[in-house]
Amino acid sequence: MTVRIAAIAALTAFLVGLAVATFSELRVFLPALLRGAVVTIKISVLSAFLFWAMAFVTGIGRLSKIRPIRWTCAVYIEVFRGTSLLVILFWFFFVLPEFGVLLSATAAAVLGVGLNFGAYGAEVVRGAVAAVPQGQREAAVALNIPKHRYMLRVIIPQAIPVTIPGLSNLTIEMIKATALVSAVTLVDITFASVQQNQIHYRTLDIFLVTLMLYYCFAQFVRFGGAMLEERMTRHLGKVH
Amino acid sequence: MTDPKIRFEKVTKRYGALVVLDQLQFEVAEGEVVTIIGPSGSGKTTVLRVLMTLEPIQDGIIWVGGEPLNKMWSGDRLVPASEAHIRSVRSRIGMVFQNFNLFPHMTALENCIEAPVQSLKLPKSEAVERAVELLEMVGLDDKRSHYPSQLSGGQQQRVAIARALAMRPKIILFDEPTSALDPEMVGEVLTVIRELASAHSYTILLVTHQMGFAREISNRVCFFDQGRIVEQGEPGRLFESPRNERLKLFLSKILQA
Repeated sequence: MTVRIAAIAALTAFLVGLAVATFSELRVFLPALLRGAVVTIKISVLSAFLFWAMAFVTGIGRLSKIRPIRWTCAVYIEVFRGTSLLVILFWFFFVLPEFGVLLSATAAAVLGVGLNFGAYGAEVVRGAVAAVPQGQREAAVALNIPKHRYMLRVIIPQAIPVTIPGLSNLTIEMIKATALVSAVTLVDITFASVQQNQIHYRTLDIFLVTLMLYYCFAQFVRFGGAMLEERMTRHLGKVH
Repeated sequence: MTDPKIRFEKVTKRYGALVVLDQLQFEVAEGEVVTIIGPSGSGKTTVLRVLMTLEPIQDGIIWVGGEPLNKMWSGDRLVPASEAHIRSVRSRIGMVFQNFNLFPHMTALENCIEAPVQSLKLPKSEAVERAVELLEMVGLDDKRSHYPSQLSGGQQQRVAIARALAMRPKIILFDEPTSALDPEMVGEVLTVIRELASAHSYTILLVTHQMGFAREISNRVCFFDQGRIVEQGEPGRLFESPRNERLKLFLSKILQA
C-alpha cells in the first residue's frame, strides 16, 4: 500500500518537474490555477460532508417503517437523482432569491453538489444495508436488542465497509462535477484554466496541469477509501 | 404437573396459500427437553421461529410461562400484543441458529455482552464477568478476543450458545445447531447442549437430524409432518416401534443414510 502511494507521489513529482522544466511560463498562470484548485478543494470537502451525511440519513430513512420518513426520503432521492446538477445550481443561486432566499455562491454550490450526490449515495447506502444478512436481524430479535440499537450497533457498522467502494467512486465523480460551480460565479480550477487559456493561450500547459491536479484529487480519494475499507474489514476475514 | 412452559393453541402459520403450521396443538413442560424431527417443509423449524417471534402467526395463541406471547390481556379480553409486551415475554426465550448468526464485527466476548448491555442494561463490568464465565463453560475462554471469522464453525456455534445464555433465558431453542458444521465439529457442540440438557434448569426445544443425540437427551420426541404433530412419545419407544406409516418411512430413510 505505502509502496503504491510512494510510487504515485514520485510519478506526480516527476511529471510536475517535467512540466516546470518544459513550460517555463508556468509561473505566469500557475498561481491563478492554484487559486482555482483551492476553490475546488473547498467546495469538494464541504459538499462531500453534506453528500455522505445525506446518503446515510436518507438511505437508511428510505428503509424506515414510518411512512412519512420513508416517503420524504424517497421524494428527495428521486428529485435530486432525476434533475440536472447544473439546473439545480441555477435554482439555488438565481431562482431562490425570487422567493426571498438569498444564498452565497459557495452555499449554493455546496448545497447543490452535496444534495445531488447525496441522492445517488443514498442508493449505495440502501443497497449496503439491504446486503447485511437476514440472520443478523434474527439474532438481534432473538437477543431482544431494541430496534434502534440494533440498527446503530449491528446493521450500520456492517453496512459502512460495504458502502466505501461505491461512495468513494461517487466522491471522485463529485469532485469532477464541481467544475459546474462556475455557473454560480465561482472560479474553480476548470474555470480558472479556461480564463488563463484565454489570456495566455498556453492551451497544452494549462490543461495538462489541470488534468494532473484532478488526477491527484481522485487518487487521494481512492487511496483514502481503500485504506479505510482495509482497516474496517481486516477482522472480517474477507478475501480481497 | 404445573402449567406448561410453552403451549401452542390452534396455531396456524401460512405463507400465502401454503399452510406451514395447521392449527397446531403443542405443549412443553417446564424443564422438559423436546426434540422435533420431520421431513423438510414439515414446519419443524417454523415452530421455533414463531416462538422466537421471528415470524408472525395468522391464527391461534402461543403461551409462554402462562402468558400469551402474540396477544396480551386488556381487562379480560385478549388483544394483539404490543411491541413492549412481546419484548417482555420474549426475554425468557433464547435461540441458537443453524448458521450461528454471530455479529461478525464483534469479538467473541463483545458478541456475548452486546445484548446484556443494550437490552438488559447491565453494567458493562457485570456483563463481561458473566460472559467470561459462559465462554469458560463452552471451553472458549482463550478465544474471547477472536472475531468470528477467526473461529471454526464449532467454536462459532459454541460462542453463539454462550451469547444466547448471557440473556439468562428459561427456554432455549436450538434450530439444527449442527447442520452447518463439518462432521468433526459436531461433537463439541453436542457436548455443550448435552450439559445444558442435563442441568435441568432450562426448557429445551431442539430441531435436529442427529437421531442418536435426540434419543440420548430428549424426554420426548415429536414427529412433524405437514404442519402437525403426527406422532410423539418417549424417544426409545418412538424410534423402536413407530406407529405412524410416515414416521416409519422417515426413520427408515434417515437411519439408512
